[in-house]
Amino acid sequence: MLYREAGQFKTSYAADQSVFPLVEDRIGMAATLLVAAAVIPAIGGDFLLNGVMIPFLIFALATVGLNLLVGYAGQLSLGTGAFMGVGAYACYKLTTHFPDVNIVLLIVCSGFFSAAAGIAFGLPSLRIKGFYLVVATLAAQFFFEWAFIRVGWLYNDNPSGAIEVPSREMLGIAITGAAATSTTRYCVVLAIVILMTWLASNLVRGRYGRAWMMVRDMDIAAELMGVPMLRTKLLAFAVSSFYCGVAGAMMVFLWYGSAEPSAFSIRVSFQVLFMVIIGGMGSLLGSFFGAAFIWAFPILLRLMPELLGLKIESQAVDQLAQIVFGALIVLFLIVEPHGLARLWILAKQKLRVWPFPY
Amino acid sequence: MDALADIFIDPFVQMAANPVFLVKVIWEGLVAGMLYALIALGFVLIYKASGVFNFAQGIMVVFSALTLVGLHERGLPAYAALIGALLVMLLLAIAVERLILRPLVNQPDITLLMATIGLTSLLIGLGEIVFGGEPKTMITRELGLPSGSIRLMIADRPLVLQKLDIAAGATALLLITALAVFFQRTRIGRALRAVADDHQAALSVGISLNQIWIIVWFTAGLVALVTGIMWSAKSDVSFALEIIALRALPVLILGGLTSIPGAIVGGLIIGVGEKLGEIYWGRLVGGAIDSWLAYFIALIFLLLRPQGLFGEKIIERV
Repeated sequence: MLYREAGQFKTSYAADQSVFPLVEDRIGMAATLLVAAAVIPAIGGDFLLNGVMIPFLIFALATVGLNLLVGYAGQLSLGTGAFMGVGAYACYKLTTHFPDVNIVLLIVCSGFFSAAAGIAFGLPSLRIKGFYLVVATLAAQFFFEWAFIRVGWLYNDNPSGAIEVPSREMLGIAITGAAATSTTRYCVVLAIVILMTWLASNLVRGRYGRAWMMVRDMDIAAELMGVPMLRTKLLAFAVSSFYCGVAGAMMVFLWYGSAEPSAFSIRVSFQVLFMVIIGGMGSLLGSFFGAAFIWAFPILLRLMPELLGLKIESQAVDQLAQIVFGALIVLFLIVEPHGLARLWILAKQKLRVWPFPY
Repeated sequence: MDALADIFIDPFVQMAANPVFLVKVIWEGLVAGMLYALIALGFVLIYKASGVFNFAQGIMVVFSALTLVGLHERGLPAYAALIGALLVMLLLAIAVERLILRPLVNQPDITLLMATIGLTSLLIGLGEIVFGGEPKTMITRELGLPSGSIRLMIADRPLVLQKLDIAAGATALLLITALAVFFQRTRIGRALRAVADDHQAALSVGISLNQIWIIVWFTAGLVALVTGIMWSAKSDVSFALEIIALRALPVLILGGLTSIPGAIVGGLIIGVGEKLGEIYWGRLVGGAIDSWLAYFIALIFLLLRPQGLFGEKIIERV
């Protein structure tokens, strides 16, 4: 009843191929964008913007990137943290050498460096698969973590070993550095994330996305049908790392303000992979759901005792939160192994037939 | 040219100049490799029997060692604590089988991998709440492990071997032999191998998968406990040890995910390669390269043999 496609006819190819063919979807997306772009910056306090929304959007972008690789192209990777780090350090070096270039442009350009790293470490995927490939991508993770600590050139030989974000302006408004307000940074992050997600949604519907899905479902069959394995797999690694790199650059420049190598440790890789799995493999919308769930859930868990009026030491809260989080992950995998995106599809189906059972 | 000489000539000149030091380095590599092999062994056991890439093996090592020390702190004698720790690992195996493996049977590999990462998070929190987060000292003396060292004189140069390392090597050897006999000679061992070969065929001849999984996870827990004791005898028991599981992954793929001899040979290759690389080549790029060197060694082997040294040949059909 509430959500039905009956009666919505498409009269042109353009309408048939649109991203949101249903009126309801278009209304929903417009409302979401309106809330994200207008309401949240207007009413959101510093905690909501800096502690919840900015990290959520950044992780969502990284999740979209990893989902392109894992969910669409079927290549498992645990190198996400490293590729994000490559993006961040590339952006840092770029802005050191070209201080006059627009910082937003540099953040996007730093993606190309991590894409190059992704191609280099994606090469073994042509020969090895599955868990063996996971370990190969771990090589990237540990190599770059080591490089971020040991290669002084990367952090301009800063004695603290960290990269510190310089102040940069665009159109007279401070975007990065201490002077930038969280509202400005939020708006920049939002714009980049929306743009890149839109690109990704068109990419996966097109020729390359279809080739990736063929490779995922069975790579030998795909090769026999004329999908070039070298180009398709490496492109998946390149695009995925590009997204992760931009997310990493945003993480340091628009969220942390400064970062040590440990910000790109293997934990980040796991976290993003969790977001992909919990959100739903092979679903862009699921990437956002997954990022929201994994990011917001521990925050809620830590707030929980306070809300319930229990007095527990903060350390014990962290430990309890970790236990509950682990248990919930397992529970979630058991109850809905296809992720939150699947729940969304089921909910839409229910809305479609409501108030009838089927 | 200088750079080439640094890479290809100098290290070997150094090795030839001080062969006793070389022997010492190789010995240290072998000891570290043995421990890597033990962790990899835990992975292989579980992967063979249940197809799960058990990321929680690292935390199982820490958790079992913590349980052992924690029980001893609460007044149990050392050997009773050892038995207690084994019982806890048995309970853990039963719980994992009941609560994770059984509901998740037939799910894609990556889902199961994620579940074991969830288990890791759960065990870290649980271990910290029950035993506290601060590092503890392993009860080596109470367990009757030797300490001190042996000095050997080779060509007038002293070679110092830790007794603990020798004991670790002997224990690892004993454990692996016992496991091999268990797998080859006993009824349960045969059932385990049948399950590893083909789940459905094993089910159809009346082997209970659930039982086998409990046994396998318990065996992995036992291996974890031994690894935990050996490893933490050198340093302390703390959650930092968790990352040694990541150190063991290259060993695992180098040897092949399904091969027990592979885990051992792989462990020794990685252990020795890591130590030699760190000591003779490490200074060229700034040191501390052992965090990724093992992965590169494994990658090179993998490019030549995608299934690892001893893995089952991968046959793919459309």
